[in-house]
Amino acid sequence: MINYIFKRILYAIPILIGVNLLTFTLFFVVNSPDEVARLHLGNKRVTQEQIQSWNEQRGYNFPLFFNQSETGLNVIKKTIFYEKSVKLFYFDFGISDSGRDIKYDIKQRMWPSLAIALPSLLVGLMINITFALFFVFFRATKVDYIGVIFCVALMSISSLFYIIGGQYLISKLLQLVPISGYAQGVDAIKFLILPVFISVIYGIGSGTRWYRSLFLEEIEKDYVKTAKSKGLSEVSVLFNHVFKNALIPILTGVVVILPLLFLGSLIVESFFGIPGLGSYTIDAIQSQDFAIVRAMVFLGTILYIFGLILTDISYTLVDPRVRLK
Amino acid sequence: MFVFLLTDIFFYIIIFSIGLYIFYVRKTKDILETWKHVFRSRTGIISIVVLSFFLLIAILDSIHIKEKIYNEQTESFSYESEIKSVLDIILLPTYKNYEKSYSSPFSSNLYSKETIILENNIERRVYPKLLYKGNHNKYASDNTANILLTFIISLLKYFFVFSIFYLFFYFRIIFKSKNNIFIPFKLNKVFLMTLSIIVILSIFLYELSLQYYVLGTDKVGVDVLYKSIKSIRTGILIGTLTTIVMLPFAIFLGIFAGYIGGFVDDVIQYIYTTLNSIPSVLLIASAILMLQVYMANNPLNFENIYERADLRLFFLCMILGLTSWTGLCRLLRGESMKLREVEYVQASKTFGLNRFSIIVRHIMPNIMHIVIITIVLDFSALVLAEAVLSYVNIGVDPTTYSWGNMINAARLEMSKEPIVWWSLFSAFTFMFILVLFANLFSDVVRDAFDPRSNKNYE
Repeated sequence: MINYIFKRILYAIPILIGVNLLTFTLFFVVNSPDEVARLHLGNKRVTQEQIQSWNEQRGYNFPLFFNQSETGLNVIKKTIFYEKSVKLFYFDFGISDSGRDIKYDIKQRMWPSLAIALPSLLVGLMINITFALFFVFFRATKVDYIGVIFCVALMSISSLFYIIGGQYLISKLLQLVPISGYAQGVDAIKFLILPVFISVIYGIGSGTRWYRSLFLEEIEKDYVKTAKSKGLSEVSVLFNHVFKNALIPILTGVVVILPLLFLGSLIVESFFGIPGLGSYTIDAIQSQDFAIVRAMVFLGTILYIFGLILTDISYTLVDPRVRLK
Repeated sequence: MFVFLLTDIFFYIIIFSIGLYIFYVRKTKDILETWKHVFRSRTGIISIVVLSFFLLIAILDSIHIKEKIYNEQTESFSYESEIKSVLDIILLPTYKNYEKSYSSPFSSNLYSKETIILENNIERRVYPKLLYKGNHNKYASDNTANILLTFIISLLKYFFVFSIFYLFFYFRIIFKSKNNIFIPFKLNKVFLMTLSIIVILSIFLYELSLQYYVLGTDKVGVDVLYKSIKSIRTGILIGTLTTIVMLPFAIFLGIFAGYIGGFVDDVIQYIYTTLNSIPSVLLIASAILMLQVYMANNPLNFENIYERADLRLFFLCMILGLTSWTGLCRLLRGESMKLREVEYVQASKTFGLNRFSIIVRHIMPNIMHIVIITIVLDFSALVLAEAVLSYVNIGVDPTTYSWGNMINAARLEMSKEPIVWWSLFSAFTFMFILVLFANLFSDVVRDAFDPRSNKNYE
């Protein structure tokens, strides 16, 4: 087990290097730092000095790979590649283009993101599984048919509509909760209810259908037939056999996204003005702050790979048939 | 003069490949059987008719022309700089005039008050009357009666068209073979019903929008219904063009990795694991941001804004395609690995068939069902993604008609007092209809093609 985890972590290194090289190519080779600076300073009538000083302030004034003017190790160290890409590996995200410490910002903004994402996930999971079990219980009847059509209809609505509609209905017309904003501590609850509620509603369509198909797959298996022929009731078969065995794919599906919850949801956070990592990313994209986008790409990749490792571990925990080598 | 925008050409290629596929299916018996399963289902037929209608609009909107104008001073012909599509020409009577600003659906005046100086120099705040529509009832002065009459007239028009078609079928059948004359009615009840409803609705909407702004007007007074219809092309293009970009990567790399294996497999696996590890929104965002910088710094010489907007739409599809082939590639790799060990593939290998022929003859046809399921599944997701991307400002060009841009503009409108809801409403209705039927269609297709699907319970 330990060996396996160690191997997986080793395997993650080439992937991270690949992602790093890809972002480096995207952000520094496709467009040179000078061009990015020109865009930020406003395209026309920008002098070379202005571009120079903009680059200097943000540390973009080095050559890409080799600095001929330095000696020793600094030939490699005083380059954009080392400063901006290699340093990501020690979690040194540097400063954003607007001059803020990215690492500090990420640490601050992680928790509001989690405060929305975790409840949405848990509540959504419970509701979706309940609906799915309900439909499976009534499988091949009108209830199931209408339920599935309803799920497809829910899936076909854009996430933006849920947000705009929910904000309008609940905050503006009924005035139950504030439209947007965030507060520290317990006060945060009244700001969190609506986004969580909307995220849950948004997920019902696809979630329920997905779990329903997992349950249906399980229900065709032989052990279910055995249980039924023993004379067990439909309900007890559903809960004691089908549900328990379908939990394995459900659980592993959840585990893989657990680390990514820190990244938050881009759209929800920016609509509700929640200072999480999702709105951080959106703001960075909209103000073309590439340093933040680069850092978030790297962070997202690390969290995703971490999620995959966790998934493998959780497999061994819930399914004794799986042994990792 | 015909103008071919970049996306147009690719869209024609898509239509052509759909045609080729239909031709291929008609010749291949077992695939035809699977598709018949789709056509036998009621949901399948309805969604195919609706989607074809959307596709038809997109096709009409993809044939672009420049109009010739005669210049009297120089006595020569020149081409207009404005590019029009065939759809624009069909809809021309409904949208050619712009109002001043917002007006609500079916209303006869603007949405906000303006100061108007009356004849005797008295200033008064009133709702100004609309200039072009809303006050030109054709059949009755009362709005409700007029709408009803319009509906009846469009019904009559529909029956007229329908009877001509029916007569056509009737005579063809009479003269060609001695069949039962009622065969056209037996065609398929659901099919005919859906088609009729769509045709009646479109005639009705067309008739109505000659007299009213059925879905109101936007900030600069453009008919919202026209905008929503124009957005269909953008939505469908993003859904289809992206798959066209993605397919070659997914299919070739997937088959090579799975069938050839070894070092090739390792490299391809590494590439897609790396791409797949980056959260897709971030990857798309970074690629598009860089494209924006590139386009801002290298102002290529475009003839006009249409081509610029078109290029951006094309690049958006390219980027979405380049970032989304990994999932399909992994599926195809697994499937071709399985197929490699199957007996008939092994047998053809012993007969001395080369790798290329084995892939074309045995592997390709047997992974096609996965490809088709993925294409139809991805379509609706991509249409939805467009709206989100446009909201983050990394979607289509702001001048392109798209539902995402409409929703983006509607955010400000929603905070107005009283609120302007119709832009948002119409963007969502159109998007919902397209995505809903795409989803229903993909369900039916998946049931038909996926051997693992729970057919017993659908």
